[in-house]
Amino acid sequence: MTLQLKNVTKRFGKNVAVNNLSLEIPNNEMFGFLGGNGAGKTTTFRMILGLLEKSAGEITWNGEKIDYQTSSIIGYLPEERGLYPKLKVQEQIIYLARLRGMGKKDAVNELEKWLERFKVPEYVDKKVEELSKGNQQKIQFISAIIHKPKLLILDEPFSGLDPINVEMLKEAVIDLKNAGTSIVFSSHRMEHVEELCEHLCILQKGNPVVQGSLRDIKRSFGKKNLIIHAEFPLDFLANYRGVVKHKQTRNGAILQITSEDVSQEIFQELQGKGFVRKFELEEPSLNDIFIEKVGASYE
Amino acid sequence: MNKFWIIVTQTYLSKLKTKVFFISTFLILAFLMIMVNFESIIGVFTGDEEQKVAVMDESGELSEYLVEQPTNQDVEMEVYTGSLEKGQSLVVDGDYAALVTIDLNDKGLPEVTFYAENIADSGLQTTIQQQLQQLKITLATSQLGIDQGEIAEILTPITLQKVSLSENVKTEEEFNQAQGIVYMMLILLYTFVIMYGSLIATDVATEKSSRVMEIIVSSVSPITHMFAKIIGIALLGLTQIGIFVLVGLIMLQSKTDEIGGLIESFGLHNASISIILYAILFFLLGFFLYATLAAMLGSLVSRVEEANQIVTPIVLLIMIGFFISIFGMNAPESQIVIITSYIPFFAPLIMFLRVGLVEVPIWEVLLSVGILIGTIILLAIIGAKVYKGAVLLYGKSNSFKDIKKAIQLTKKE
Repeated sequence: MTLQLKNVTKRFGKNVAVNNLSLEIPNNEMFGFLGGNGAGKTTTFRMILGLLEKSAGEITWNGEKIDYQTSSIIGYLPEERGLYPKLKVQEQIIYLARLRGMGKKDAVNELEKWLERFKVPEYVDKKVEELSKGNQQKIQFISAIIHKPKLLILDEPFSGLDPINVEMLKEAVIDLKNAGTSIVFSSHRMEHVEELCEHLCILQKGNPVVQGSLRDIKRSFGKKNLIIHAEFPLDFLANYRGVVKHKQTRNGAILQITSEDVSQEIFQELQGKGFVRKFELEEPSLNDIFIEKVGASYE
Repeated sequence: MNKFWIIVTQTYLSKLKTKVFFISTFLILAFLMIMVNFESIIGVFTGDEEQKVAVMDESGELSEYLVEQPTNQDVEMEVYTGSLEKGQSLVVDGDYAALVTIDLNDKGLPEVTFYAENIADSGLQTTIQQQLQQLKITLATSQLGIDQGEIAEILTPITLQKVSLSENVKTEEEFNQAQGIVYMMLILLYTFVIMYGSLIATDVATEKSSRVMEIIVSSVSPITHMFAKIIGIALLGLTQIGIFVLVGLIMLQSKTDEIGGLIESFGLHNASISIILYAILFFLLGFFLYATLAAMLGSLVSRVEEANQIVTPIVLLIMIGFFISIFGMNAPESQIVIITSYIPFFAPLIMFLRVGLVEVPIWEVLLSVGILIGTIILLAIIGAKVYKGAVLLYGKSNSFKDIKKAIQLTKKE
């Protein structure tokens, strides 16, 4: 059960929105889709869903084309949230669920379960326009997953939610993954992707600039972070060989270094200079990788 | 149930439950009720009692004629013999509605003065005037020594015996009947297109502006969605018409006379099957033509408020068609009527008018219907394309340039 994109390209006139993108998203996995604003994430999702015609390439699910025949196995949470403002939650979810090929009774039962889980069972008879934005988002999320899709596409699922609700939705997403749903999701929040995804892809103006498993990406990035808290000035490290970045902090400095070896040299260097409270070598964060890969081409 | 019918039922039921539907149905029904019961309602307000009018005969020669006059059912003429002042005060007190003094001039013809509290009510004046006109004629002719019977004959208006020399032309009676049906159908289609056309556009715009559209079109194809919407709202309209017909039939049971008269005046009591079938055919075709256009236009706007703006061309088109057909009611064979009966946006109104009022060769009807169906299919194809692209297109500009943009969006490049 895999979603496969082969050399997918989308052009709007002369403008290339997605350029030669190839991906494979295995079953039971969450795939992170990163990119700046306008990088082509939503366009890619729309092509997967068949809302937009691709200019070239091939998108398949288990080797078969995705079209309206297969829409019952797909769940979609668009970036621009939308529900019928005047309809009651139950009416609306049942309607959307039936359009995904679900039976009415099933939909009622599932909705009840999910509202219970999200701790908002009293909303079943409320109109959507009466709900707060965060709660509307929960309803929207339910509408995307109520029919137990095999492939779930989440466009910025956690934006606009408070931390408690983010946790609640995150857990739900993880449960779905464990139940066998392949999930593709996009986010600007690196920590979410880092936490949830095994594989990811960073898009930059339609081009995939980084792609692969999170571990491999971090390893191949090479650079590491070195956190030093010391009771003496660390300015001299800024120009040290192998230090790429140097950032002064209240207690010391954070350095980005080209390899682990550099940290050992610095460790030697610090000997006898004074008391060092903290000396920690850290894997690079996805944030660092994103900023470097995407930021580099901004310059 | 397949997705098409799920959308049809959802559209139909959710609109059926709205206040707008309830209120508009109720208002139109109330209007129909008032129309049917117009006479009795007027009767309630004018009161059942007769208006008494005092007539003072100052010449002393007219009383016998006055008594002979057939009195109008609402106005009773009473000969009054008191003084003028007394009579006037009786009018002010409300004993009489008016006081009329009649004298003869030197030619022996009546001269009349009308006294009333309020001379704005021209109804009473007209009645009295008509009565006294009769009196004048009677007086004048009796002075000339002419018999009353001859007078009646002279005053009868001339009648034209109309004979058509060309074949296949409807008789005058048929023509009058057909005019009633055509008129009804014109008004029905006109109001229906305006009401339900903008309902479709608003509905589509609502889904688009609330952004629920993106979820919908990821579940079903935009084309299915568009036509399901149109059918759902068409069913809603037919329900409304059904309610009117039902209430009409119930009223017919209780007040056969009034409504029978109304139906007869519209020529419905013995309308031919073919004209009713034509009416249904052109009504449905006309509705689908405009509905497809409305759905397409509705998909172009990003906000509900703009939906009413974007249906302006629809309203204009149907208005032009309506005015041409009103003109065509009295000139169904004029050049403009014949030409416009082939133009798809006017054909449902005007070709039906022609079919109803004059004999139209069958090939002309088929040609017009063919053009109409062709246009509907063409619009459906373009509409579906525009719809597919436009539902993903958001922005400030909602001009017709967006049609091109929307189609562009559905293409590969």
